[in-house]
Amino acid sequence: MAAIHKNNAGAGGSHPDAMTARPFSIRRTIRETDDTFSMELTPCEGTKSFSFTPGQFDMLYVYGVGEVPISISGDPSETGTLVHTTREVGAVTGAMKKLRVGGTLGVRGPYGKGWPVKEAEGYDVVIVAGGIGLAPLRPVIYHLLTHREKYGKIALLYGSRCPEELLYLKNLDKWQSLPDIETRLTVDRATGRWRGNVGVVTTLIPGASFDAPHTMAMVCGPEIMMRFTVPELQKRGVADEKIFISMERNMKCGVGLCGHCQLGASFVCKDGPVYRYDEMKDIFAKREM
Amino acid sequence: MENLERALTEHPFLAGVEEKYIKLLAGCASNVVFKSGEFILREGKEADSFYFIRHGKVQAETFVPQKGPLAIHTREAGEVLGWSWLVPPYKWHLDARALELTRAIAIDGKCLREKCEEDHDLGYEVMKRFALVIVQRLEATRLQLMDIYGGHSQK
Amino acid sequence: MSTATTNTVSRFVIAREDFDALFGALKSSGYRTIGPTLKDNAVIYDAISSADDLPVGWVDKQDNGTYRLTKGKKQTLFGYVVGPYSWKRFLHVPSTLLSETKRGEAGYETTEPSEKPVKQAFIGVRPCELQAIAIQDKVLLEGQYADSSYSLRRKHLFIVAVNCTRAGGVCFCLSMKTGPKATTGFDLALTEVINSKNHYFIVETGSKAGADILREVPHRKASDSEIEAAEKAIREAASHMGRKLQTEGLKELLYRNFDNPHWEKVAARCLTCGNCTMVCPTCFCTNIEDTTDLSGETAQRQNVWDTCFTVDFSYIHGGSIRATAMSRYRQWMMHKLAYWTDQFGTFGCVGCGRCITWCPVGIDITEEARVIRESE
Repeated sequence: MAAIHKNNAGAGGSHPDAMTARPFSIRRTIRETDDTFSMELTPCEGTKSFSFTPGQFDMLYVYGVGEVPISISGDPSETGTLVHTTREVGAVTGAMKKLRVGGTLGVRGPYGKGWPVKEAEGYDVVIVAGGIGLAPLRPVIYHLLTHREKYGKIALLYGSRCPEELLYLKNLDKWQSLPDIETRLTVDRATGRWRGNVGVVTTLIPGASFDAPHTMAMVCGPEIMMRFTVPELQKRGVADEKIFISMERNMKCGVGLCGHCQLGASFVCKDGPVYRYDEMKDIFAKREM
Repeated sequence: MENLERALTEHPFLAGVEEKYIKLLAGCASNVVFKSGEFILREGKEADSFYFIRHGKVQAETFVPQKGPLAIHTREAGEVLGWSWLVPPYKWHLDARALELTRAIAIDGKCLREKCEEDHDLGYEVMKRFALVIVQRLEATRLQLMDIYGGHSQK
Repeated sequence: MSTATTNTVSRFVIAREDFDALFGALKSSGYRTIGPTLKDNAVIYDAISSADDLPVGWVDKQDNGTYRLTKGKKQTLFGYVVGPYSWKRFLHVPSTLLSETKRGEAGYETTEPSEKPVKQAFIGVRPCELQAIAIQDKVLLEGQYADSSYSLRRKHLFIVAVNCTRAGGVCFCLSMKTGPKATTGFDLALTEVINSKNHYFIVETGSKAGADILREVPHRKASDSEIEAAEKAIREAASHMGRKLQTEGLKELLYRNFDNPHWEKVAARCLTCGNCTMVCPTCFCTNIEDTTDLSGETAQRQNVWDTCFTVDFSYIHGGSIRATAMSRYRQWMMHKLAYWTDQFGTFGCVGCGRCITWCPVGIDITEEARVIRESE
């Protein structure tokens, strides 16, 4: 019998248990940086396809160790493969990093409200990513490029601490060569042979190409980075209702029942993680909310 | 009013400013006191006043989620606090908190901006002094960023 | 369970001597009867089988951080109010096994435990507790996802409510509009009337199941004077509430005062022990715990009660969002009295006063709300 079931899940039949993870097999692992890695997963059983909205996350379960919420970072049109990128920060992600091709991971999801890729149709789109914040935004970029004709100008502004911590180098190379998307990179601190921009990612906003009154912005990164990015977008004239951010909180159940992810009156697992800035404005800068 | 004028004349930041401008400034000024721990500026709020600190110590900080308040720099007696009132969008970029009992002269920034628009000579005096403050802050920040003492890991 | 309106429903009388027949009727229908009983100098809820198991004659004295039981002058069955246990112990139970995963040659095999429905009958549910159950129903059953175990236990539940004829020392159900009289959510509702001459119970049915059980218990129609005696006793309780909480504009008041320096003052006293969340009948937060046996071949996932007062509760890589005690006390109180209204349409607080009594340092939620209101 299911421990937690979805209401109105469909006529008749038993309720699939939202608390039981589906086993997925690791088809490929990719070392992105020193402490960040990606995994390409395929379902072990059941339906072979998997669909999600960019910005959604899964609860990933390492058998016997624990579970963590990780944003989906792959291409939504490739329904046979599920991709997740994570940094090693604790026991569960540490155990995940040790898994090899053929290893098994439990997956629950996808959960949460994703980025407004549908509402952004017809608009210019500016994507501002800081550090690992590019991971939940990569599915957006894939989607925008797959449906290029539906969108206006597209700009990716990506900042990282230093060149060694830039993610998805192959993707970045490809995007920089495409006329479809204006890709600008910057690092806080240059090391080695870096000859690109040096400065915080907000410095890329004034010079980026987009028509502010007809632009939707999607921002993801550490909270402090989002706090300083939003005013720069507002300065350019992007409306608060067209700025979207992604919040992160501790999650256990992922479905709005355990109470851990609460941010004010909002449950980040189901009311977020993507939020429209004007709806989040008042509580965004509140300390320890 | 006379007291304020005298306090303004004595403040190092305004050294060399003509008496007629001191009088103008006094027209936008008031005495304020902040208790230890009290917030003077809040990030994101309208930057409508700035402060000539006469006594005490103020810390400019930003709150880093999960880590707590991160101190950026401190201001003491004889220094000025706040320059965001001078440039659009006229909003504070940091929090500022009194570390001890602090007495200051608050200047209504909007009032002063309007007076500067009317009297460009006054505007030039104000801009000269604040440009210096901003450059000093920038150079100090660069030095802080360089992490010149070194010796520890990236993390 | 249907709504019982006081105007149209008939009232009956069960004599004190016939009270045990209620237990008999419930047992014959397959219910496990649970009700108040004495344990470790407190009135808790546990399996009981007759009126003798009830805390007969006991009266509680409750105040900030204080709970005492004394023997009253009358042989009341329900002369106390609420204790440290709430009915969530039997509905949103402290620990549930979610799944078990075994590692075999074929890979991992996960099984979910099969739960047999257990028919439970709660005897002595106070009006504030009826509201607390309704509040947990909203949280655990009416969202996008529902708690199946809770749903099963709720479906097989019979409730005998007891109206309060005495307000406890820290009660404020009147302020929260949750009592002292039960209006809905029960199968049977009793009001105990006891004086030098008589000892009886006025009974109201709230559902068909309630009427079915009542048929097996000796009862007769109540007279107007008997009904009035019961109503009078309930009015007595309403006029002697131990605490008051002004709820007018309370949500907006708390939202406005998120940065009020008063939170630091409460934080200086709060031990973040989480007692309040354990005794609160509506607190619902849980944690998912993963454990393995020593061989590592079998892993279990358990859903267990958790409290927002721990530093871990809001931990994400790098640190906790709510690192200070101040932010955690504020989170609990603001959730209970402000965020909850935006999430679920009602306050999370039912005015039972348990958090006031069981706080080891005696923090009073009604007092903290009052101080914040007056600071404006």
